Amino acid sequence: MRTLLSVTLTGLAATPALAGEMAVTVEIPRLDVAEYHRPYVAVWVEGADQSVAANLTVRYDVKMRDNEGTKWLKDMRQWWRRSGRDQTFPMDGVSGPTLPVGEHSLSFDTAKGPLASLKPGSYALVVEAAREVGGRELLKIPFEWPVKQSFDQSVKGENELGKIALAIKP
Amino acid sequence: MKSLLARTTVALALAAGLTLPAAAHRTWMLPSATVLSGQDPWITVDAAVSNDLFYFEHVPLRLDGLQVFTPTGAEGKAENQATGKYRSTFDVHLDQPGTYKIAMAGGGIMAFWEENGQRKRWRGTAENFAKEVPANAEKLQVTENSRRMEIFATAGKPTDTVLKPTGKGLELVPVTHPNDLFAGEAATFQFVLDGKPAANLDVSVIPGGIRYRNDLGEMKLKTDKDGKLSVTWPQPGMYWMEAEVEDTNTSIKQAAKRRASYNTTLEVLAQ
Repeated sequence: MRTLLSVTLTGLAATPALAGEMAVTVEIPRLDVAEYHRPYVAVWVEGADQSVAANLTVRYDVKMRDNEGTKWLKDMRQWWRRSGRDQTFPMDGVSGPTLPVGEHSLSFDTAKGPLASLKPGSYALVVEAAREVGGRELLKIPFEWPVKQSFDQSVKGENELGKIALAIKP
Repeated sequence: MKSLLARTTVALALAAGLTLPAAAHRTWMLPSATVLSGQDPWITVDAAVSNDLFYFEHVPLRLDGLQVFTPTGAEGKAENQATGKYRSTFDVHLDQPGTYKIAMAGGGIMAFWEENGQRKRWRGTAENFAKEVPANAEKLQVTENSRRMEIFATAGKPTDTVLKPTGKGLELVPVTHPNDLFAGEAATFQFVLDGKPAANLDVSVIPGGIRYRNDLGEMKLKTDKDGKLSVTWPQPGMYWMEAEVEDTNTSIKQAAKRRASYNTTLEVLAQ
């Protein structure tokens, strides 16, 4: 039995998506394991050629001294290959601490940052999670850009991720 | 009955014939990781000679001639070297971002001859050959060999300074970066012999974990006219890739032929 905790990360989370907004919901499932560590999670937008079009957030153990938490970033192996290995940490405006069990809402203004320069085409929202002494899971939600009407879709993970939802308002 | 016997004999002969080229054990280095992140990455490497990949069951690989190349191409250090009953180990501190190469390259001349009816055997370098092997040696047989074994590991973003061939012996020139390999994807590599494309070269690729399966799982590949080949990795894991070629490009005239070999261990990640 999974318990869902609703955690509000941004002030926008509780309200419906505003105009020109990309809202991403990431659920970190409660797991019945002896040794639990919060997963590392990367959320990004990939282009048709799988290149990273926008890094939305990267969550890792930022509290360890000497930035030692970066040692396991490569366990998010698709993200590491597509983008992580080109970055320096912490990543300005992108990286942050790990997320606790529960549903997390993140929202991004499509008129700002990397989303503002997204060219028309086929994309996918990608969420990758890797957990210390645990497993790894990667989920995708494909979408076309720009959206003409509200886009709303979700997928469900099996092990390391719960529900992942993407809502885009034109 | 007779035909069964004949068939058995043929089978035995075949078996014997097949085991001959493989009689030499496999020589390998196995890195603990090849794709690394973080502030202070290290890898540890096992090095051994064995039949099954990658198990320590025969003899350790002697670490003489071991070289570490940092991402700038400068020589680095192989720390904490130790040799046990079945394997050698050492550590490499990846203290710069980029791709490191760990190599063991060598070779030499082997000579056999007879002196007063006694068989003599000599191993050494091309430079010492004239000094140490009698010029008038009877029934002299000389062969030259060149061996190279390499592994790669990358901290952060892959770089290619260390991937440039030296131009000596048989070498691998990665087209696909050796630390960017994923199951289900095709990777392209080029082989060069003395810096020139090694066309029609037989290359063997064997996945590790032999002990726990019946099928060797060997992929027998051949390079094209440009010395290139493409391999699609069936599953994630560590793979051993090996090639050997014989030619007459020897460094001393007494040697009739040269045998050049190359092997590497490649890590293929899961998608």
